[in-house]
Amino acid sequence: MTMFGYRLPMMTSLILWAVLWELVGHTEAGFILPPLSKIVMRMGEILPTPSFAEALLITGRSFLTGVGIAVLAGVPIGILMGRSIIADRLLLPWVNLFLSAPLSALVPVIMVLFGLGEATIILTVTLFAIWIIVLNARVGVRSISPSLVEMAQSFGASRWQAFSKVYVWAALPEILAGVRLGVIRAVKGVVIGQLLVSVVGFGTLFEIYSSHFLMEHFWALLLVLFAFAFALNEGMAWLERKVQYYAASRA
Amino acid sequence: MIASLANVAPHPGTAAQGSAIVSVRNIKKTYPGGVEALSGITLDFPEGQLTTLLGPSGCGKTTLLKIIAGLLPATSGEVLVGGRTVTGPGPERSFVFQDFALMPWASVLRNVAFGLELRGVRKSEREAIAVGHIAKVGLKGFEYKYPHELSGGMRQRVGLARALAVDSAVIMMDEPFSAVDEQTRRKFQEDLLGLIANEKKTFLFVTHSIEEAVYVSDRIVLLSRRPSRVSTIIEPKLDRSGDPEGIRRDPAYLDAVEGIWQSLKKYLD
Amino acid sequence: MPVAATNDFTEPAVAPVASSTSLRQIASHPLTLRFVSFGLLLVAWEYAGRIPISVAFPTFLETMRGLLDMAGDGSLLKAFLITLKPLIAGLMISIALGVGLGLLMGLSRFSEWLLGPIFIIAQAAPLAALIPVLTFAYGIGLTAKIMTVCIMAMPVIVMNTLSAVRNTPVSLVEMGRAFLGTRSQIITRIILPAASPMIFAGLRLGAAAAFIGIVLAELLITPTGIGDLISYHQSVADYPKMYASIFSIIVFSVLFIECLERVETVLFRPEKHAS
Ligand SMILES: Nc1ncnc2c1ncn2[C@@H]1O[C@H](COP(=O)(O)OP(=O)(O)O)[C@@H](O)[C@H]1O
Ligand SMILES: [Mg+2]
Repeated sequence: MTMFGYRLPMMTSLILWAVLWELVGHTEAGFILPPLSKIVMRMGEILPTPSFAEALLITGRSFLTGVGIAVLAGVPIGILMGRSIIADRLLLPWVNLFLSAPLSALVPVIMVLFGLGEATIILTVTLFAIWIIVLNARVGVRSISPSLVEMAQSFGASRWQAFSKVYVWAALPEILAGVRLGVIRAVKGVVIGQLLVSVVGFGTLFEIYSSHFLMEHFWALLLVLFAFAFALNEGMAWLERKVQYYAASRA
Repeated sequence: MIASLANVAPHPGTAAQGSAIVSVRNIKKTYPGGVEALSGITLDFPEGQLTTLLGPSGCGKTTLLKIIAGLLPATSGEVLVGGRTVTGPGPERSFVFQDFALMPWASVLRNVAFGLELRGVRKSEREAIAVGHIAKVGLKGFEYKYPHELSGGMRQRVGLARALAVDSAVIMMDEPFSAVDEQTRRKFQEDLLGLIANEKKTFLFVTHSIEEAVYVSDRIVLLSRRPSRVSTIIEPKLDRSGDPEGIRRDPAYLDAVEGIWQSLKKYLD
Repeated sequence: MPVAATNDFTEPAVAPVASSTSLRQIASHPLTLRFVSFGLLLVAWEYAGRIPISVAFPTFLETMRGLLDMAGDGSLLKAFLITLKPLIAGLMISIALGVGLGLLMGLSRFSEWLLGPIFIIAQAAPLAALIPVLTFAYGIGLTAKIMTVCIMAMPVIVMNTLSAVRNTPVSLVEMGRAFLGTRSQIITRIILPAASPMIFAGLRLGAAAAFIGIVLAELLITPTGIGDLISYHQSVADYPKMYASIFSIIVFSVLFIECLERVETVLFRPEKHAS
């Protein structure tokens, strides 16, 4: 985008939107959408409180655990599917199904099985993240050149060595792409889980703020979450670009 | 009605040698970012002839052709077609693309008729015209196939038929055979000679293959390395009346190939 | 080396299974394995329910009985009709607006600069957290549910449409110009058809997100439709019917997205079902 001969960086339009938000916040709509300045001030107020720190801790913990499980289970399953036709045929229909199924409908099942606690949130995160990770690891393994596989074979690599020393590294670009997409889904999962369970982490805060109609608090929390999700996404994308040379040098 | 589209070329077929239908006047092109592709090209393209732009990859052949086509603005200089300054694409010029540029969602028939479709020619009329040109390039029976069902060579025939269908005076071809395998390519070159002989149009042809240039051209313009200038113009006087295979054994053909190779060699060092 | 029944696959280098070739071929036939795959899961479900792994885990057969009961007394159909209303409305709005905005952004640098960042953030952000705000703004009725579907489905539709337009092969657009196409002809006859496969991929993702959204809305805003069936049977501990409701919406969403794909092939992709 160029304006008056200057190139405007992509994200600069957000300034315009922030100004608009501020203005709308000062009309009657401020009832629902308070002025940005007040929200930011409220943010400064909320962030240092112990209840926020606790919610952040619980949320972060269940997020990381859930993603950890999704990666540790998803990557090997994906690699297995990429290497074994039987495993692939057995599992692929389910992976595809869960990739596009309304997973929010499954959260109540997790709730009745695992109670209204952190375990449910962790499993929700895993449920949201794992399928895309599996699928990408599978694609990654399938794009490994046959000569690399033969190399591993000819050096008499054991099954475990082939997995840990060859496949994971050779498929790294695709695996990382899958993990990035999985992490974005996981952020959505952790929020959906906490909205539905509503007595854990940010879920508690959501519940308190919205039932007491504390809109400034609520928006402050939303902004923190959105900024975090965006930063996470950008960070992962950066990491992904860093290993791009792999993909190039692999072919 | 199609003939009226070619009104820029008022006397097709009767062109005397040397009367230029396309004139390039001191064209310079520097891409944004500072790549100087063309540094002052002045050239005439005689009517009714096939003129080839020959030069190493990256020397600016595509750039020049697209400027003549009106698809790309020149930094300075002008292009005249039939005496008029080019400001954009026009009905008197059509283009055959290096990568075919066929619409994968459209049948061969619709692809070939597409130029006429854009001009608002009625469906029955444009399809009748297209069917004729499909037959002319040797694809009779493939009207309702889709591009992905055709080989590379056949796809480029579709591209050629599309350019012929709009009946323009000038047809520009940007390395039309570069994405086609060698056997298909030879056959295609032979068929092209037949088409040219019948069509009485002006062809602007781009290639980086010396043999191909000599085989099909009336005139060959050698371009130097980027930033490009015209280095030599060669007119291989080949007898194309006999069998097309014979040309490749004609001493004049072999001499021309050798001569061009000698003059290009000095740019390679 | 055993011969696998497919050619698109290299045999596992480190897992040589020493068994007869023909048996392997039958066993690894796509249909056999698909059957086995579904069978195994259902058997596992039935078995886990029989142990039982939890009082809140009904067997597969109990769940199917619950499904038949609800189908028989009409409650399932009624619930689906209620759920479908905001779902379809929200999805229609998202598709119309999303494809429109995506095209606008793809064709004009200014609108991309203006709107792009919003949708980039929206695609990465957990927008479900906006549901309480939507409830305040629009009450607990249909509107809030439609809006929920929209915020879930629209970002991915917009972003896919945008990149679809951006990925139109340059040479096709050049071809359109060379053959004297006007701007609107180039948009409708070249850019749109060229972009349509990716736009449809976005629509499928958008539909999947819309299902997530509608279930969430029906569980969070007020229990209606399928959301009501789920939460009601959960509250009275009628687990077979609760699971059956969830099973039915998942199956429905998969069929719905499958249908979308068929519609695309039949209406928009002549080259896929040619001769
Ligand atoms: N859009 C562009 N922007 C910048 N440089 C370009 C662009 N297109 C072509 N070039 C450069 O201009 C030179 C000539 O390109 P081109 O005309 O495609 O060469 P040719 O067709 O002879 O191979 C090349 O060095 C190429 O890298
Ligand atoms: Mg070129």
